[in-house]
Amino acid sequence: MATINELKERIHAGSSEEIVAEYLERIGSSKLNAFITVAKENALVRAKEIDSEGFEGSLAGIPVAIKDNISTKGILTTCASKILTGYVPPYDAHVIERLKEAGAVIIGKTNMDEFAMGTSTETSFYGPTRNPWDTDRVPGGSSGGSAAAVAGGEVPIALGSDTGGSVRCPASFCGVVGLKPTYGVISRYGLISYANSLEQIGPFATTVRDVAALFDVIAGYDPRDSTSVDKEVNYSSALKNDVSGLKIGVPEEYFGEGTDENVEKAVWNAIHTLEDLGATRIKVKMPHTKYALSAYYIIAMSEASSNLARFDGMRYGLRTEDSDWHTTFSQVRAAGFGDEVKRRILLGTYALSAGYHDKYYLKALKVRTLIKQDFELAFKDADVLIAPTMPYPAFKLGEKIDDPLSLYLADVDTVPINLAGVPSISVPCGFSHGLPIGMQVIGKHFDETTILRTAYTFEENTDFHTREPEGL
Amino acid sequence: MYENPDGVMIGLEVHVQLNKLKTKVFCGCTTDYHNDPPNSHVCPVCLGLPGALPVINKRAVEAAIKVGLALNCKVEEHTQFYRKNYYYPDLPKGFQITQYDFPISSGGYITIEGEDGEHRVGITRAHMEEDPGRLVHEGTIDKSKYTLIDYNRSGMALLEVVSDPDMRSPKEARRYLDKLRNILEYLDVFDGNLEGALRVDANISIMGGQRAEIKNISSHKGAERALLYEIVRQKNVLRRGGVVVLETRHFDEAREITMSMRSKEEAHDYRYFPEPDLVPLKISGWAPAIKATLPDLPDAWRLLFVEQYGITDEQAKALTSDIRLAKFYQMVVQNRDIKFAQLAADWMSNVLKGELNYRSQTFKVFSEQEAPKCWACGEKMVPSDRYLFDWNGILINDLDTFKKLKEYLMNNYGAFWVNNAPIEKDDAGRTIKISVENYSISLILDDTKNKVIVKFYKGGTYSLSLKKVNDRLNICEDIFYCNNCGASRDKNTTFIIKVEKPSVPEAEISLIDMLKALDFFENNKISEDDVLKIMRTILQKQIPKEFDVEKVDKIVKEEGLKKVEGNIVEAAALEAINENPQAVADYKAGKEKALNSLVGAVMKKTKGGADARTAREVLLGKLG
Amino acid sequence: MIAKKDLEHMGWLARLELSEEDKEKYTPRLNSVLDYFGELDEVDTEDVEPTYHILPMNNVFRDDEVNVPAKPLTQEEALSNAPKKQDGFFKAPRMM
Repeated sequence: MATINELKERIHAGSSEEIVAEYLERIGSSKLNAFITVAKENALVRAKEIDSEGFEGSLAGIPVAIKDNISTKGILTTCASKILTGYVPPYDAHVIERLKEAGAVIIGKTNMDEFAMGTSTETSFYGPTRNPWDTDRVPGGSSGGSAAAVAGGEVPIALGSDTGGSVRCPASFCGVVGLKPTYGVISRYGLISYANSLEQIGPFATTVRDVAALFDVIAGYDPRDSTSVDKEVNYSSALKNDVSGLKIGVPEEYFGEGTDENVEKAVWNAIHTLEDLGATRIKVKMPHTKYALSAYYIIAMSEASSNLARFDGMRYGLRTEDSDWHTTFSQVRAAGFGDEVKRRILLGTYALSAGYHDKYYLKALKVRTLIKQDFELAFKDADVLIAPTMPYPAFKLGEKIDDPLSLYLADVDTVPINLAGVPSISVPCGFSHGLPIGMQVIGKHFDETTILRTAYTFEENTDFHTREPEGL
Repeated sequence: MYENPDGVMIGLEVHVQLNKLKTKVFCGCTTDYHNDPPNSHVCPVCLGLPGALPVINKRAVEAAIKVGLALNCKVEEHTQFYRKNYYYPDLPKGFQITQYDFPISSGGYITIEGEDGEHRVGITRAHMEEDPGRLVHEGTIDKSKYTLIDYNRSGMALLEVVSDPDMRSPKEARRYLDKLRNILEYLDVFDGNLEGALRVDANISIMGGQRAEIKNISSHKGAERALLYEIVRQKNVLRRGGVVVLETRHFDEAREITMSMRSKEEAHDYRYFPEPDLVPLKISGWAPAIKATLPDLPDAWRLLFVEQYGITDEQAKALTSDIRLAKFYQMVVQNRDIKFAQLAADWMSNVLKGELNYRSQTFKVFSEQEAPKCWACGEKMVPSDRYLFDWNGILINDLDTFKKLKEYLMNNYGAFWVNNAPIEKDDAGRTIKISVENYSISLILDDTKNKVIVKFYKGGTYSLSLKKVNDRLNICEDIFYCNNCGASRDKNTTFIIKVEKPSVPEAEISLIDMLKALDFFENNKISEDDVLKIMRTILQKQIPKEFDVEKVDKIVKEEGLKKVEGNIVEAAALEAINENPQAVADYKAGKEKALNSLVGAVMKKTKGGADARTAREVLLGKLG
Repeated sequence: MIAKKDLEHMGWLARLELSEEDKEKYTPRLNSVLDYFGELDEVDTEDVEPTYHILPMNNVFRDDEVNVPAKPLTQEEALSNAPKKQDGFFKAPRMM
């Protein structure tokens, strides 16, 4: 699997067009179903332009895949939903503008759970994506297409979005690196909202260095997003192979019941590795972790029920036969949304409705405060927290899809991070029966540099990230 | 004491577009869309495209606070936007961004002329929200086979002003609307002439029944009609032993009736929650700063006119019922002397206003121009920012600066009393006050807008510009100046008033037109009927639209209104003879045609006021 | 517990037409999730303020400047995805 620097060398020796064509071919012969749209023409034209213009920008000529919930001007953007059938946005998301400025070549739009609602990429209207390590298994979700494409060598870097673990979960299941930044670090302008108070766009790559390089391009202030934060940081320059003196907090609530034995072992081994490299370990308590899942789902569903109200078939997307407007709206939405999306809209509507608002929505937001305080307390002593990303490795396609609750429970370790708005990076830290295991390094608000450095040091001293799936 | 025999209770929810802003409330799309094709002023934000995010227009918040203060409301210091979740084809996101439990202002009142004298109508709240798109139906809303949507209006800043149910008749409701509109226009946040600028939902009940909410009212007259209809309807229902139910009704403007919107619509559940894409507003401190620069409201202008110009309260009320008329009147008076005030008030409060009302014409002020033509001579005026004094000089008690300020106030506003008045500083050096006995002038620094507001004791405000140069705060004039004749005018007041009626092409009446017509009258050159004739001609006929100093002269000439006395023709004839010896010689030598050039000279001297036949006769008499 | 009637009401509020089959299918699943959410009742949240925004930001504004920060669309772009349009308008179903 090639890194950005390796590709740059090849581009300089040959051309971006060559590289892009190579990746396009790999996508074309893939069985993973990682892409909804392959922007073949656009990508080749852009690669040629970059070849002729000289290689301006830090990602000049490098192919990048984009989760299909990020608005791309002139390229179909579906959120993996039937309701956005044929929707070609007339504008670019902030991150897309940044990528274009940096010379990156958008190669296609990746598969995902419909409207990012899922943990397995099985709810896509365009069929499930398969895990490159075992094609009978899910790649994780909701950014399963982006993670699988990177793990399967179909693209070197990709963007996902993380509302409750949607970057870190598939990174963990597919054995790649994925970062969920602090809320506000990357503009959400152009990210099609699922739960706007929780989500961030995040980068995928096979190495921490490449994740940092991509993060450097897409992070930064945008006046079009009122929650965007004005902080200029060079993340790549923070990558040092050094964790001496680093205080690692290990929250015991993230281990134990429901967590696979091998996962637990792998994460502990990783912690010990970092200790051997000079870090110290402390115990931290995060007593409200248990309630994060319910709080997360209530908030996410409530916001989603409102965010998804705009899909009514009037301005874009699917339209059914017209009758009176009430009926048409209801029919368009019934025909356009899949089961899981409908369930979340209904539950979110319920949680906000008169009589239940305080019991569910308001209560969840109060619990969010307690979870935030758990993190504040833990970070008084610790510089970073380390925990499993997922309680178990990738499960089989179809295994959980009929039982929403059991699928929700898989997010137990990722959702508290979104509730607290802190950054977290998932890196490969072991294998269980040939399936990758990921651990997450969680940081303080805006302290991406420390978690990147920790992840980088771990990577430099281990070889999990170098292993590749076979038989693709 | 008004009896209110039917127990009528009316409350109004008025949606006011803050259409004087340059852009919409959450995006940079222009508010200037009224003459453009549908959906031509939209962006991802106001079109509700997936992924677009709102950002609050700061000036919209300031304008909302301004209105809140003018309506005597309490302004909230901590507030937040919410989502109101409901579906409607004009709503591009399936929710409306609005305010909920902490509206930006609440608990105020408006005073109106009620059924029994002065009557206070409570303002429950005035909150900010975004305007939905505009729906177009083919035929009527209930018959149309489809609906067309234009989102140009989507995202316009709205202020929803909700009154208490304090109005007791449709007439009071109309007066409330007139007053509200007038206040909004004085605040310079609103232009009521633009389509869709003000929409009304009315709640009305009578004794013994529940209330009906009437939607889709788009004019003050419409509100009165809808309410009159509704009272009759509700009374009829009760008289026949029926029950007036709580319901929403649609006003059909063309038929002037209300229709039940009965559908399968269940009770609304708007599921309000804070808009996650917008962060909270903490605006303590904004209200006092805005209050200090609040312009004078109609009641203050009315008092000013009565006190300063000695006109009747009735006249002042009529003149201040529309800020454009008030400013027009003020300029007319300021360009003559105080004795002119009564004459101008007679004509403008009564005749001009009456003529406009009669034609359903409304004022529309010419927008501020880069280089307007001089109202006195027609030459181009130029902006002037002549340096006046340094604000900091006042703060350090520099005597030379004191002198400069006082000279400016005396020379420009005739405020000679300032000469011996003390200068005080206030508000941490942000206000300068000069006062003696009952007279006072305040100068207020507004550095967010780089302006200084000059406020007079009797009301009346002017503005100066502020230029920061190193550590100096240079105060300069901010006017248009005519290099040709020395006339000047305030930049913020416009002097050409367009008069328009939607169906009739625009007509124009300018300051110079008004002054000339009244001058002619005052100098006994034309009669009262003639002034009326001039006004009607200007308002009625399509006088060429470009500025024309001679417009009134032409009307006078064309209509033959001017009474030119014989001695003026005599004098002109004598001058003509003296100044044209060659022509006289030619005529005496038998060249009949030479007389024509002498007649022409007389005509020129009387500016066409003389009759040509009379001129000829007088000349013949003198030439013997 | 959500009854079928509640589900119908949610479906109406959310403009989601639900078939009889949908209602049968969804009711137990939604109830098992709501049941799970019930665990929050255990948490003592008295005197706890809700967290609506995770970052303590306020007063984020834009200036009243035309076409800043988001760029406008042309009429053609605005209508480019419209399933139905007419004379520059989006075309929606009848109102009643």
